[in-house]
Amino acid sequence: MNRYPLWKYITVAIALVLGFIYTLPNFFGESPAVQVSSAKVTIKIDDKTKARVEEALSAAGVANDGILLDLNGVKTRFKDTDTQLKAKDVLEKAFNPDPADPKYVVALNLLSASPQWLTAMHSLPMYLGLDLRGGVHFLLQVDMKGALTKRLDSTAGDLRTLLRDKNLRHAGISREGDRLVVKFREVETRDKARNVISDGQPDLLVAEQSDGSDFKLIATLKPQAQQKIGEFALKQNITTLHNRINELGVAEPVIQQQGADRIVVQLPGVQDTAKAKDILGRTATLEIRMVDDAPGGLEAALAGNPPFGTEVYNERGGQPLLVKKQVVLTGDRLTDAQPGFDNQTQEAAVHLTLDSAGARIFRDITRENVGKRMAILLIEKGKGEVVTAPVIRTEIGGGRVQISGRMSTSEANDTALLLRAGSLAAPMDIIEERTIGPSLGADNIQKGFHSTLWGFAAIALFMIVYYQVFGVVSVLALGANLLFLIALLSLLQATLTLPGIAAIALALGMAIDSNVLINERIREELRNGMPPQGAISEGYERAFGTILDSNVTTLIVGLMLLIFGSGPVRGFAVVHCLGILTSIFSSVVVSRALVNLIYGRQKKLTKVAIGQLWKPAAATTDGQK
Amino acid sequence: MEFFRIHKDIPFMRHALTFNVISLVTFILAVVFLFTKGLHLSVEFTGGTLIETHYEQTADLEKVRNALGKAGFSDYSVQNFGSSQDVMIRLPLKGEQNSNQLGEAVMKSLEADAPGSQLRRVEFVGPQVGKELAENGAMALLLVIIGIVIYLAVRFEWRFSVSAIIANLHDVVIILGFFAFFQWEFSLSVLAAILAVLGYSVNESVVVFDRVRETFKGKRGLSTPEVLDHAITSTISRTIITHGCTQMMVLSMLVFGGETLHYFAMALTIGICFGIYSSVLVASPLVMWLGVSREQFIAKQKKVVEGANEEGAVV
Repeated sequence: MNRYPLWKYITVAIALVLGFIYTLPNFFGESPAVQVSSAKVTIKIDDKTKARVEEALSAAGVANDGILLDLNGVKTRFKDTDTQLKAKDVLEKAFNPDPADPKYVVALNLLSASPQWLTAMHSLPMYLGLDLRGGVHFLLQVDMKGALTKRLDSTAGDLRTLLRDKNLRHAGISREGDRLVVKFREVETRDKARNVISDGQPDLLVAEQSDGSDFKLIATLKPQAQQKIGEFALKQNITTLHNRINELGVAEPVIQQQGADRIVVQLPGVQDTAKAKDILGRTATLEIRMVDDAPGGLEAALAGNPPFGTEVYNERGGQPLLVKKQVVLTGDRLTDAQPGFDNQTQEAAVHLTLDSAGARIFRDITRENVGKRMAILLIEKGKGEVVTAPVIRTEIGGGRVQISGRMSTSEANDTALLLRAGSLAAPMDIIEERTIGPSLGADNIQKGFHSTLWGFAAIALFMIVYYQVFGVVSVLALGANLLFLIALLSLLQATLTLPGIAAIALALGMAIDSNVLINERIREELRNGMPPQGAISEGYERAFGTILDSNVTTLIVGLMLLIFGSGPVRGFAVVHCLGILTSIFSSVVVSRALVNLIYGRQKKLTKVAIGQLWKPAAATTDGQK
Repeated sequence: MEFFRIHKDIPFMRHALTFNVISLVTFILAVVFLFTKGLHLSVEFTGGTLIETHYEQTADLEKVRNALGKAGFSDYSVQNFGSSQDVMIRLPLKGEQNSNQLGEAVMKSLEADAPGSQLRRVEFVGPQVGKELAENGAMALLLVIIGIVIYLAVRFEWRFSVSAIIANLHDVVIILGFFAFFQWEFSLSVLAAILAVLGYSVNESVVVFDRVRETFKGKRGLSTPEVLDHAITSTISRTIITHGCTQMMVLSMLVFGGETLHYFAMALTIGICFGIYSSVLVASPLVMWLGVSREQFIAKQKKVVEGANEEGAVV
């Protein structure tokens, strides 16, 4: 009765092997690294950059443990964090001689030190939370009212062109708080305009109001439209933040929506909050202007005497370009930018989509300027750069614009990204900011590890002394539980925080309950005079119901914490829930498999080592079974 | 080795009233402390201040800590920030002081004991977040209670679920009472610990109740108090050993876990001690007074599907 079929043993063995493989990367740890990546689209990171890093480090006499070039940039490993900080200063000086105009991003990072074959199996170390690895946490509040105002302002512009197109004369369009007021002189015009607006702007709720000689239309945004705008603004802000944070060279940034109007940004490894805030709060704007190709103009401008109404900007790649000061279109009119290919030439291209007003302006400007060049400028922190300056071949209508020519696929990607990044859809405020230094992080790991280790050791010692062979089995099962838990955490890449480590310790402390229950039951059955084989079987069987009940109640708590918790509570809850699941498996299945292996084969088992059994004399004479 | 050599069932139920009076007194004391002293909430709930300073040379963190301690600041944390020359000090939000004054006060105290520092930045952690955290915590607590009551009512009987939840909620209040009395910092991790304790003590009650049900079904001719006594006595060794093991783990956290885990482990320690007491010695009498009897389990058995065995399972 105490034998498992082969498949059960194999299942347990496979589980253990998998657990071991996925736990393994955690032993290799992470080595401190410095990452050099490009701060500008025009600067590419390649083998030359790698050579430069090597040179700069050896010139400063900073020893490194290997330099690696990948998609994100050049990463250099170091022995410890002190060397890492030193190396960062060295590289910062070497790559950004002019701090006002950084061309490279030099960031602190951590790299997993596990071998390649493990990484190939998606076997990664646990994902450490900010409190363990150090970093910055921001909670940003998105100003939804700001997003609505912005939208109403642009709608006012749309209404103006709409009414002009239909030849309906109005006496002014203005925004008053969260509504648009359109004034008319005649009732007929107003009634016509009302129909036109309702058809042309389905997002608006239009009402009439008369006030003396003025006939007014009051337009407000429909609640559904407001909600949609809010959602869009949040999404757009998240995208924009993503793009900006990419520049920080953070290994694994977290940018998530929280609630209806909040965004969480976590930048592990980033210690420089000021810089992070600067980048998050930056506004990049897109402008389309005409290029002044008049002969001699550029030369005069470079000599310090630009023709009236023009200024010089540098093109990507460094060539100067003379651009008119008048702005044709701004990035507000851009709804999307995607990389792609030209239909005819199969060249890399960027496809832009403009809103209706933007499309009209673009059509007019291209009609009037066929054969001339237009410049697309990205203005960041007051400094502009020409992203691209294509020649206008024909009139472009419909608001779908394609920029192509002399562009590689990756350039097209970058340009689309830059154009898309644009500006924030709604203003944001930082309402919470947390920074954890790397020293505290390392300290926390150490503390969590020691707590678990000594707690485990104490439990193991006690169990083995008290329950002997069954104690050893219980401890092995508990070890398996720890193995599964860490493997699962590594596999799911759930964030491990210090409360998470506490939850691991607590999970172990609570998981032993199942084994104590089982062992006590077996003792009790033995005390009642059952033969050992029967007692083992009965003990496991009977204890299981209790184990299930008690774990379900604990799981209810864990799930509620997971749903309602935030921050540290969530970190605790994730591990708590996983720990309950793994503990049921390890304490029941794994320990049973071990017991079966040890005792199951012995047909005439007369004695099991479960510690001293004390039988009350009264119980035996009573015949109480 | 066997710790528990019990000849006869211990007559716990004879002292049921005493246990409950002790419980009630502790509970009332806890409530009184909660109302008179209130909880000392952490930065997460109240908002707080971050201060960044810069030293020309490598900063001596110990000196900075001493300086702050001397100047009468409490609950501060001092860390390196980016480079070894930068120091960050965190302070909880206190009273009327605005961030500027706090920054100046900190700088003044640093000047005396750890000179050469420059104030780089003073920053607040907004208190908006705190209210939501408290609301979410309360919501989690409420749903945990509902979830457990329903589960126990389905698996056992409503009498069990009601008494388990009463007994264990009083644990929660007592832990809060401790935190109020000693003015320990109540942080989010303490909240997590308290909810974990709730699950843990219910777990304890479940083990005893399981035995109660089994005894009711298996042994005839015992009165209700005798059944409860028997159930508690036969699980007592498991109760003590399990909690002992868990407590060893928690103790290890208390010793090695440092400041961050200190109150977390503290809440668990109190929770475990009162958890044993309440789930065994408070929940069981409550079940008795609510009128649990053998018939409730026998009646249940009649209703089950035909051909079902003793456990209610059908093959």
